Amino acid sequence: MSRPNYILEINSISKNFGGLQAITRLSFNVEEGLIFSIIGPNGAGKTTAINLITSMYPPTSGEILFEGQKLFRKKPYQVALMGIGRTFQNIQVFQKMSVRENVMVGCHTQSDSGFLRCLMHTPSVWKEEKVIRQKTDAVLKFLDLDSKADMLVGGLPYGVQKRVEIARALAIEPKLLLLDEPVAGLNLQETEEMAGTILKIRDTGITVILVEHDMNLIMGISNRITVLDYGKKIAEGSAKEIQNNPKVIDAYLGKEL
Amino acid sequence: MENRKGFSLNISKGHNFIPIERKRTIESCLLLVNRMLLKQKDNLCFGILALVIVAIPMFVESKYYFIVLNVIGLNTIVVVGLNLLIGFAGQISLGHAAFYGLGSYFSGILTVNYGFPMWPAMLVGMLATGAVAYLIGYPSLKLRGHYLVMATLGFGIIINILMGELEQFTGGHDGLMGIPPLTIGGLAFDNDLKNFYLIWSFVFFFMLAARNLLNSRVGRALRAIHGSEVAANSLGINTADYKVKVFVLSAMFASVSGSLYAHYITFISPSSYDFYYSIQVVTMVIVGGMGSLWGSLFGAGILTFISEALHIAEQYHIIAYGIFLCLVLVFLPEGIVVGIYNFFLKIKTRKAIIK
Ligand SMILES: Nc1ncnc2c1ncn2[C@@H]1O[C@H](COP(=O)(O)OP(=O)(O)OP(=O)(O)O)[C@@H](O)[C@H]1O
Ligand SMILES: [Mg+2]
Repeated sequence: MSRPNYILEINSISKNFGGLQAITRLSFNVEEGLIFSIIGPNGAGKTTAINLITSMYPPTSGEILFEGQKLFRKKPYQVALMGIGRTFQNIQVFQKMSVRENVMVGCHTQSDSGFLRCLMHTPSVWKEEKVIRQKTDAVLKFLDLDSKADMLVGGLPYGVQKRVEIARALAIEPKLLLLDEPVAGLNLQETEEMAGTILKIRDTGITVILVEHDMNLIMGISNRITVLDYGKKIAEGSAKEIQNNPKVIDAYLGKEL
Repeated sequence: MENRKGFSLNISKGHNFIPIERKRTIESCLLLVNRMLLKQKDNLCFGILALVIVAIPMFVESKYYFIVLNVIGLNTIVVVGLNLLIGFAGQISLGHAAFYGLGSYFSGILTVNYGFPMWPAMLVGMLATGAVAYLIGYPSLKLRGHYLVMATLGFGIIINILMGELEQFTGGHDGLMGIPPLTIGGLAFDNDLKNFYLIWSFVFFFMLAARNLLNSRVGRALRAIHGSEVAANSLGINTADYKVKVFVLSAMFASVSGSLYAHYITFISPSSYDFYYSIQVVTMVIVGGMGSLWGSLFGAGILTFISEALHIAEQYHIIAYGIFLCLVLVFLPEGIVVGIYNFFLKIKTRKAIIK
């Protein structure tokens, strides 16, 4: 196998929570520049997979390579510094900060002044702030948030908060962006906008891993899909292949009974 | 749409009770306060603070009021530092009396017992206090949960006991006397008025430094940690490191204030640094508003004033503090200043949404 354009390689990872095996020997490779989706019934282990990729906890066994580098024993913030951004299934925006400030926090990775310099507000801090502001404005514009820039995030509708969370993750300039159910709780129109946004993000060259239950969205925009059930991969392929895969249909129908 | 309905209903209900003209004055006053609190007007606030500091001695004559004002200033420095920890990083310390005390005792012991020059003694005190805070903060902040509260609580009590027991250095329970007043060149800060200028200059610059910190990368990171630690981490912020550092910084603020206190009063004894003082400063942070710089000044001001006003009934202090804290927590859980500020920010946000 040639590996040059795999940005992420997952090699047989497992994760146990006490007695519960949330992920069992999961392997998949994500090609750079594509939208790679992970689907599966509730409790299949999708969020756990994202948490493993971002090193929120270590895998029980197996290894994860990002751009050929092992993620073993990396802290979540180090993973972010390497270029993996993410959003959360249970939204985690900074409610008491404005939209702009939320995104500015995301620019943390591209600045380096510490306590002493910030206390004195040295000219270098001033310059850095200017760069951060420009960067933030660009991200806000990209996600159509500029009109809401100075509002407190806590007071905004859910759909907008979700966009803020993505904007914030984009500000870290990720190479890989993990979205955990970005359209859950959104209405039809918002979902459509979000689909557009995700495509736009991919078109800037960022690889996207998308976890979703919304099949229309998944089938509409994914380049490749992996299906999990009870922590195991049961299928992988294009939208068409997945839709016609009897195992997948089984997994979903079984759950709905 | 639903949002809009609920909103307009609330407003009309709230305002019908107040006559029109009075409503207008109240509104414009509050708006002014709000404007001043907005970041863009921060410089204006500092300008006003500087003016007030310079002007106060023209209106205040009594020595008693100067003492109160100076104590307010000293407390403000501690509270601003503590607020960086509580209000921004979301960690609580119940041992700030110890850091305040370490500043006092380092300054006192080094100058009185060892003939150290005063400003270097203060600097040594600050750095040593920071180092001690690091030793406490590092292990307890590594763990999740509120270990810092317990660690600082225990530490505060131990330090307070040591102040009384290590007699050969600290003078024991009788205290340490004859601490020299600070000097700059030939100018000695040896009375209440001179100390007023000295202490409040420190307040001014420490608040300015805190403001700088908050309006920068580090400040945003701290607020992010308070908002959601996992999210902060996912954005490349080393949250454990930041929490330790802000704890060290807040201990250093307290230490400097303690040094100033020692040189001002020229006499220190363990009773000034007991658990009650730690509680007092935490209360000031909460009353003024967690995460509000100007709230810290306000909280320190109003509570120092109250506790001075109640001086006759000393045993009721802690009760008065308790009641005040309860009232604030029930009616303005975000603190007085922040409460008013957020009220207006919410209105602004909602209005913008309706548009
Ligand atoms: N921190 C944890 N401790 C213990 N069990 C966990 C933990 N996190 C997840 N689990 C369990 O692991 C399994 C997989 O959970 P996960 O959240 O990854 O599912 P999911 O595919 O994201 O589901 P959903 O579609 O509902 O979000 C579930 O049975 C869950 O209860
Ligand atoms: Mg999930």
